[in-house]
This record gives sequence, structure tokens and C-alpha cells, in this order.
Amino acid sequence: MNNKYTFPILIAVFGAVIWLVLYLSHGHTIAIIDAKGPVALRERDLLYFAWWLMMLVCVPVFLLTAGIVWHFRADNKKAKYLPNWEHNNTDELIWWFVPTVIIVILAVTTWNSTQELDPFKPIANDTPQLTIQVVALNWKWLFIYPQQGIATINYVEIPVDTPVRFDITSQGLMNSFWIPQLSGQVYAMSGMSTQLHLMANETGEYKGSSANFSGEGFADMTFVARAVTKTDFDDWVAATRIGLSTLTYAEYVEVAQPSSKYPPTEYASVVKNLYSRILMQFMSPSGMSQMKTSRNHILGAATTTISTPTSTSSTASTSVGHAVMMDQTPL
Amino acid sequence: MNLFGDLTLAALYNGPIVLAAQILIATLGLTLAVLLTYFKRWHWLWHEWLTSVDPKKIGVMYIVVAVVMLFRGLVDAAMMRAQQAIAASPSTGYLEPHHFDQLFTAHGVIMIFFVAMPIMFGLLNIVVPLQIGARDVAFPFLNSLSFWLFVAGAILVNLSLVLGEFAATGWLAYPPLSEMAYSPSVGVDYYIWSLQVAGLGSLFSGVNFITTILRMRAPGMTLMRMPIFVWTALGSMGLVVFAFPILTATLALLSLDRELGMHFFTTGGGGNAMMYVNLIWAWGHPEVYILILPAFGVFSEVVATFSQKRLFGYTSMVVATMSITVLSFTVWLHHFFTMGSGARVNAVFGIATMIIAIPTGVKIFNWLFTMYRGRVQFTSPILWFLGFVLTFTIGGMTGVLMSMPPADFQIHNSLFLVAHFHNMIIGGVLFGYFAGITFWFPKIYGFKLDERLGIYAFWFWVVGFLVAFIPLYMLGLMGMTRRLDHYEVATGWQPLLILAAVGGCIILAGILLQVAQFVVSFRNRKKLRDATGDPWNGRTLEWSTSSPPPIYNFAHIPLVHGRDAFWGVKHMTHELQAAQEYQDIELPANTAMGLYISGFAFLAGFSLIWHVWWLLPVSIIGVILCLIVRSFDMHTHYIIPASEVAHIERRRYHTSI
Repeated sequence: MNNKYTFPILIAVFGAVIWLVLYLSHGHTIAIIDAKGPVALRERDLLYFAWWLMMLVCVPVFLLTAGIVWHFRADNKKAKYLPNWEHNNTDELIWWFVPTVIIVILAVTTWNSTQELDPFKPIANDTPQLTIQVVALNWKWLFIYPQQGIATINYVEIPVDTPVRFDITSQGLMNSFWIPQLSGQVYAMSGMSTQLHLMANETGEYKGSSANFSGEGFADMTFVARAVTKTDFDDWVAATRIGLSTLTYAEYVEVAQPSSKYPPTEYASVVKNLYSRILMQFMSPSGMSQMKTSRNHILGAATTTISTPTSTSSTASTSVGHAVMMDQTPL
Repeated sequence: MNLFGDLTLAALYNGPIVLAAQILIATLGLTLAVLLTYFKRWHWLWHEWLTSVDPKKIGVMYIVVAVVMLFRGLVDAAMMRAQQAIAASPSTGYLEPHHFDQLFTAHGVIMIFFVAMPIMFGLLNIVVPLQIGARDVAFPFLNSLSFWLFVAGAILVNLSLVLGEFAATGWLAYPPLSEMAYSPSVGVDYYIWSLQVAGLGSLFSGVNFITTILRMRAPGMTLMRMPIFVWTALGSMGLVVFAFPILTATLALLSLDRELGMHFFTTGGGGNAMMYVNLIWAWGHPEVYILILPAFGVFSEVVATFSQKRLFGYTSMVVATMSITVLSFTVWLHHFFTMGSGARVNAVFGIATMIIAIPTGVKIFNWLFTMYRGRVQFTSPILWFLGFVLTFTIGGMTGVLMSMPPADFQIHNSLFLVAHFHNMIIGGVLFGYFAGITFWFPKIYGFKLDERLGIYAFWFWVVGFLVAFIPLYMLGLMGMTRRLDHYEVATGWQPLLILAAVGGCIILAGILLQVAQFVVSFRNRKKLRDATGDPWNGRTLEWSTSSPPPIYNFAHIPLVHGRDAFWGVKHMTHELQAAQEYQDIELPANTAMGLYISGFAFLAGFSLIWHVWWLLPVSIIGVILCLIVRSFDMHTHYIIPASEVAHIERRRYHTSI
């Protein structure tokens, strides 16, 4: 059997499969590569950088494997055979040292890029930042625009070239907020507020979804993120405000009931402090005062960052009743 | 109080697909029982196997159960691939979301806990005592108990198919989804208690093998003379001992939440799910290395043997193995960079993750340089190694991509991640175990496996693997998250998912060829017989004894003078043992107590799952009584007289000539 061809054939099969995959995906959006905002672009470039660096390792390993296995095959009696040769300091130093150098390069890049691309870090830009509050519900997404006083479900509209800050929480289950063409994901967790800063550079419709499994309706937990020009955005806000629908807390409780394929919905107005009330529902009064304002943003950090005039304590006292209710009967 | 707790007849029917599975299980079970009765094999089964404390037999039983569970896991995988291949809107596939969710949960749980773990423990049981020149493990009864606890866990998992349902939460059962509020059925309880029972067994095995390796090595086998497989076993078992208690505690906290209304991980009452995520991965990441380290060990033995050359850079290998062992406890946070930790915390864990790539890379180079200036024989274990080099390197590369937090934000929880860990666990762990099983099979059964079918199986496996998993990388880049039971046709994902399903079929063909390989080899066992005990011109002590080895492994405990102890003997550098009279050999006696205790543990798990409260104290008292009875048993060992040893050894030399 011509087994000396094993490794070259393996590589050839690998190449053929890659070709087939590229062929089959041709013409479709490859969301992470087809990035439409500065954050997603930086993340993509980071992937490319690490990819090429890894190629520096993989290609020599594959060539070396193919070459060694070919040359030192048992039936090649011309090859040198040293059955007791088991050690060479120089050689071993090389393959401890070379990977170390590559990892040091990667580590420095990681250290810098992780801080640069921290999802909690605002995007440096002259345009004032738009804040959108995101609540993951079973199984749909609620978007509240506190500055505009409107809200949407399963649909979010943002102006291009404007930094957007998402404050993200969840009614109950752990989800992950992800618009791959604009930025990487961040978890949405109940009683806690995470953040994600992103910006769109081009108008268009981008797919968003939950990336963390959250039960039966998970597959339909998708939404559309539409990036429009600033004037279009203002027009849309004005048009939405004209409507009569109001997202009150009672209405929120209604919406938060488990359901899938919820149609995209707009609310002309939103009750004040809804987001902080959603966050607070799980907090007991005694736990409130001891809440740390740590980076992990359990309540303390979250409430201070929300642009609401009401004091936190009054929100808390009103929400205690709901907290009990919510905990007993899952939404 | 209801005698059967929450259990009602309604738990039996879960739709036609499950019904078919139930009928299949019942038919197979009945057939097996009928066959055993017909051939009058019950007695043999009980005395030769079920109550045996011989690690060689326990090892074989581990692998047999693992293979049965592998088929269950494969059916789950095939059903998932089929569902995703057809479920592009407007189609929603042939499975309800709730059924699909149970499938991927069961697939993950079964493949990790009830396939990979038992194959690993099986290999350890078979190989470690033989390689260190011992007659047994340190605690033979505990070893049998570990095995039976694992079986009890496996039965609980399969019982969920017959009675009630399994968890629909994903294989790590993140709260709040796994809390009572969102998963009120028995599914998560099946998950918790099957893992608790099996996990206890794993912990005992960890203690057992560490003691065995540290205390029972043949005279002269210093630590730095141990075969690399033993080193990797030591690292892996060290991880088991440190990691599994975390799993036990975490699942215990989750069950307190569920059963007693506590608030460790709930959304309200001061609970926090992030704590669970941290804890479960503090076990979960080392778990990956628990599985892969012994696979590295297998490759170290296989590559050296089939290159007919010493392993290159033994010291480097030991250092690399042990640094991987230690480092694997420092990286768990990379499973949730997206949970909102500070940038510097993420960066530290990302860098720690990359650092593991260094010792792993060193291992690859050492294997390559073991073949360098060797005589490489293209046996199927070497082919598995070459397949491993390809797939594991790809997996390692994509792993490094994901270890950079900002890049991970994009590919976390996508199919890119799914492809990555299958690259590691199939291409790394499973290929390693296949190589190991092929390599040590003749040692246990006395005949080699059919090479031709083994090579065919290899090609179908590797090609199928690439076709099934490379598309998933692309799907991840296209934004497809894991665990979707359906998706929009406009996404363009369907062709790639169909390709992946085709890959699955190719893998299936590979598995059928492996089954055929076992059948054909068994039929040709006379021709494939290994009379020498050393079919591969091996290097380590297990090849110095007969195939299969006598129950006591070695008539004389060997004297070790260096690494590759048996190679040294064959090349006349020294004697394995001085010629001497045979002596009486004391061995542990068979016992069914491990089986009984595990039976009660199974009942305890069952009662906790179905809230059959009267049964819980009964089964706990049962366990305690068994332990008391065992502790008063004075006949735990028996003697093989020297004359019988001499007789067995004479017969061996006759047959080998």
C-alpha cells in the first residue's frame, strides 16, 4: 500500500473541503468578514492577524510532517536510522523558543486590543452618543431609547457614523446580544447591566440574534438592526412618537410573557425608568445598599449610568412586589 | 404520599421518535438476555466479568459500555445534523424544538462523560499497571466501585429516554435556564444525578491511579523512567482529583436551588448565574485536558514504537505534560469572555490560554523528531497520528484565534466554536484513543485487529470529519450560532449544513467499518494471533508479558534499569529479572460489593429525580450497610500457589514456541 502518500492526501482532502466550503458559501454574507462598523472591522483584522501568525506555525508543521514521514518511511532503507538518538538540546531549545516568541507577539497584541476593544469602552467620536437600552425577553428583544422616549421590539434603528451605546440586561434567561456585522457579542443577564459600544459606517439592514441558548424559542430570537442616515433616523423618531401606544410597566409584563416570532413593534412613548425597574426587580431592599459599584455592574453601576432623574431608592421600593412575583412565576 | 413520587405512566410516552428508541432499547435488552440464557452465559458473565476486580477486565468493560454509549451519542448527532440540514424556513424540520434541545444536551453529556471519560479510564486500567510492572491497581475494590458508579450514571442517562425526558439546557446546564423556574421537569435532575453518581466514580479512579502510579512502580522505575503514557495518566488523574470536586459541589448547589428553593444561581433572591458559569468551567476546562493528556500519552507510545526509535526529548515531554496540567487550571475564564469581565481580566486569561499552546507545540515537534531518523511503519495507529497532526493543528490554530478576547466576541457560541472543540475532541482525543485501542488490543485479546479494515475506517473517519466540521467554521463566520433548531433560508447556511450532514454520513461509514473490523478480526483470530506477547516490537513492560497477560500480569516483578525497559532487555543491555523460583502470588478476590453499592447509588439518584422520597433513605442505608459488610469481609484476597504460576508460565512458553 502506498501509505507514504497519507499525509499529502490528507492535506489535499483538507484543501478540497475548504474549496467546497468556499464555493457553497459564495454569494452569501459572511457577517464577520463583511464588517460594517469600526468595532467589527478591528475585530476582523485581529482575526486575520492571528490567522496569518498561526499560518507561520501550521505550514511549517505540515511540511515538516509530510517530509519526515516520507523520507523516514520504513521501506526507505537509504534514510539514516539512529534508533537511540533521543535528545538534542539545540533542537529542543528551538521549539521551546520559537512558539514562545510567537505567543509573546500574540500576547502583546491581545493585551492592547482587549483594552482597546473593550465593549464597555465608549467610541471616541465627536458625534454625541446615542444610548439604547436592550432587554432580552423570552424570546424577543426589547429596545428602549431613553433619550427619545420611544421603544421597539425585535427591531432596532440606529443612525450611521454615530457612536451607539447599548445597555443590556435580561428579564430572566441568559442571552447574548450579537450583531456580527457591527460588533461582537455581550451577554444579557437578569439583574445586571452589561454594555456594548458600536458604530455603523454604512446604511443597511444587519441581522442580529441571541448567541446564548435560552430555551425553546431561542432559534427565533432574531432581530434586524437598521442603520440609516442621521436625517432618516430623526424622521423615524419623530414619526414613531406620533403614535398612541405607550410601553407602561403593565404592558411590559404583558410583552414579557414567553412568545416567539413576535412581530417588530414600535411604541410612541415609554414609561420613565422602565429599564432600571426591570433591573431592580430582582433586588431585595436589604441587598440594595450593599451593592458594590464594581466593574461587574450589578445594579449600582447600572443605575448611576442610566439617565433618569428619579432616585434609585424610590424605584426599588416600588419594585419589591414585582421582584417576588417575577421570581415565583417565570415569564 | 405517592409510592412512585412524581412518576406516572404518562412519563412513558414522549412521541413516536422516542417510542421507537424505547422499543429498540427493549428489544436489544431482551435479545441480550435471551442469548445469555440460551448459551448459559450468565454464570460466566457474573464470575468472569461483572464481579472481577482485575483492572484488565474492568478496562475492557469500561470500553464496552463506552462503545454502547457512543452509539447513543452518534444517533443524537445524526438526528441533529439531519434536522439542521432540512430546517431552513419555511421548514422547521422534523423535530420539535424541545426534542432538538434535549438531543444536543444529551449528545454533549454522553460524548464527554459516558464515552470519552470511560474510554480513557479503560485505557488507563488496561495499560498503567502493565506499564509500571504492577500486578494490580492500589485499591482494586475501589476500582470496581468506580466502574460500577460510572455504569449507574450511564443507566440513569439512558433511563431518561424511557421514563420522562432529559435536560434541554445545553451540556453544561447554565442557570437560570436549568433552575426550577424554567426547567421544572425531571430533565435537569436526570442530568444532575447521573453526573453526580458517575462523577464520584471518576474521583475515586483519580485517587486510585495517582496512588498506583506513585506507589506501585516496579523496582528501578524512577519517575523519570516512567513511560510517557504513565506521565500523562498521572497529570490527567491529578486534574480529576482537583477538578471533579468542583463539579460535584456546583451540581449540589444547583440541586439545592431546585429542590429546596435556595438562591445560589437564581435570578432573584441574591442568586447569581455568573457564579455557576465560573464554577462549572473551573471544572470544565481541566476536563478537556483530563481527556487529551492520555491521548498525548498514547501518541508518544505509538510514534516511538512504530518509528522503531526512542521517543525524542523525553524530559521536554514530561515538562510539557506537567506544565499543561498546571496551566489548564488557569484559563477557565476564556469560556466566557463575553460575560462582561474587565478588559484586563479578559486579557490575562486570554494570554494564559495562549501560553498552553507552547508546551503543546513542543509535544508535536518532539513526536515529529521521534520519527526523524526512525523507520516509520504506516500501521493504522500511525495513520491516526497523522490524522491527529492535521486536525489537531487546525483546532489548535482556531483555538488561538478564540483566545484573543476581542476576536472571541465575534465567534463565541457560534458554529466556529463548535467546529473548534470537535477538532480537539474528535481529532485529538478520539483519534488518540482509537490509536490506543488498536495498539493495545492484541495485548488484551491475544490477536491483532485487521489492518486493512482499520485503514479503511481511518480514511472514512478523517475525510468524514473534515467534511462534517470544516463547513461549521464557515457557518460560524457567517453568523450562525450553535443550538439552532431552525433558521432562515435566506441566510445561505443550508448548503453548508447539508455538506456537514454528508460528512456525518461518511463518519458513520467509518464507524461501520470499525464494527466490521472487530467482527472480521474475531473471526480471523487464529491467523491474527499474537503468540509472542510483543506484536509491534514494543519498548515498554506491557510487551514483556504474554498476550493476553496472566491474571497476575508478571510472574516476577520486573527490575527496571532505564527508560523503555523492555527494549533494553531485547537489546541485551540488561535482564528484566534474575532467574529465580516462582513464588506464591496474592491477588484481590472478586467482589460484587461495588456493583451492589452502585445499585443503591442508582436508586438514590432515581429517587431524587422522581421525588420518590421513601426510597432515598432506603438506598442510602443500603450503601452504608454494604460498606459495613465489606469492611468485615476477611476474604478479600486469594493466593495463586507457586506451582500454578509455574504451570501457567510453562504453558505460555510452549505456545509461544
